Amino acid sequence: MIGAAGKLETAEATAAYCLQLGDDALIYGQRLGEWISRAPQIEEDMALANIGLDLVGQARLLLTRAGELDGTGRSEDDLAYFRDERHFHNVHLVEQERSDFGFEMARMLWFAAYQCELYAALVTSSDETLAGVAAKAVKEVDYHRDHASQWVLRLGDGTSESHRRMQEALERVAPYVRELFEDDAVSVAASDGGAGILPSSLWDNASGHVSRVVVQATLTLPADATWRSRGGREGIHSRPIGYLLAEMQHIARSHPGATW
Amino acid sequence: MSTAAGKNNSSERSWPLWEVFVRAKRGLSHVHVGSLHAPDAEMALRNGRDVYTRRQEGVSLWVVRSTDITASSPDERDSFFDPAADKVYRHPTFYDVPEDVEYL
Repeated sequence: MIGAAGKLETAEATAAYCLQLGDDALIYGQRLGEWISRAPQIEEDMALANIGLDLVGQARLLLTRAGELDGTGRSEDDLAYFRDERHFHNVHLVEQERSDFGFEMARMLWFAAYQCELYAALVTSSDETLAGVAAKAVKEVDYHRDHASQWVLRLGDGTSESHRRMQEALERVAPYVRELFEDDAVSVAASDGGAGILPSSLWDNASGHVSRVVVQATLTLPADATWRSRGGREGIHSRPIGYLLAEMQHIARSHPGATW
Repeated sequence: MSTAAGKNNSSERSWPLWEVFVRAKRGLSHVHVGSLHAPDAEMALRNGRDVYTRRQEGVSLWVVRSTDITASSPDERDSFFDPAADKVYRHPTFYDVPEDVEYL
């Protein structure tokens, strides 16, 4: 992946960049699918499933693009079902286990706030496919961010129990947030080539949105945590992803080539 | 949700019911499409979007608390609606429609 000059070649950089973004969307889409039949009401099952499917849709386009550019000719399915943990490049935030509803809304608020800024910036990507994906996705993630914002407001400014649990959820999500906005080698190379955007440049607007919602919800944005996640972009993951991949991949691996 | 939780949830703890109306496109009126549960009006709109407009069914949504709708009673159906049955003069069927006039 590293060229002679020690820098990523443009196509390779764009491919690796699409893979990162696609993996974030795929893994979070899979996590959100777990809420079906477990949300507080069937209407919320639908909402979370819709959001998960939006993300899977984004992942399909991004993984397909990654496979086209990286020279291996791998399809979206090859990439989704036949890579192992160390070859996934998503951040730790999206792979964490499903917890209570407050945790999910805190995670979604941060992730959607990040994705809103990300796709808004990528609309002008030098890679036409990436720009097209961004133009389609930007409306989807705007709704995701709104959904999470609405719930954080209601739970934060709700009962004493919902307030306490929403605050706890923000604290639990906090250590995973910074990794989303970290400039790793791939995003720097993609940004240099004009296809990508530096994650660090998305921080001000994304954290600004989260912070406004949190304040309006009578909650407190946690100070930077004493520890923070890192390594996801390099394929170094936390325990929960193994179980997630096992569930997501086992049918495709047990019955290769099966269709329905 | 388990049956036990469902029972606990049945009355005061569950979300109120809302009726959902969708306008399919500009110029048409909003049509009742069904109902859903939501904690408040804003969330009812969003749930309506997720449940009833997944396949581009609409361009506008209304939600109304079901309890705010006053409905005619099935018991009163005869006195409400039958008297109109023999008032043929209320139907504009005594006019000749000119051939070239569309949409009349």
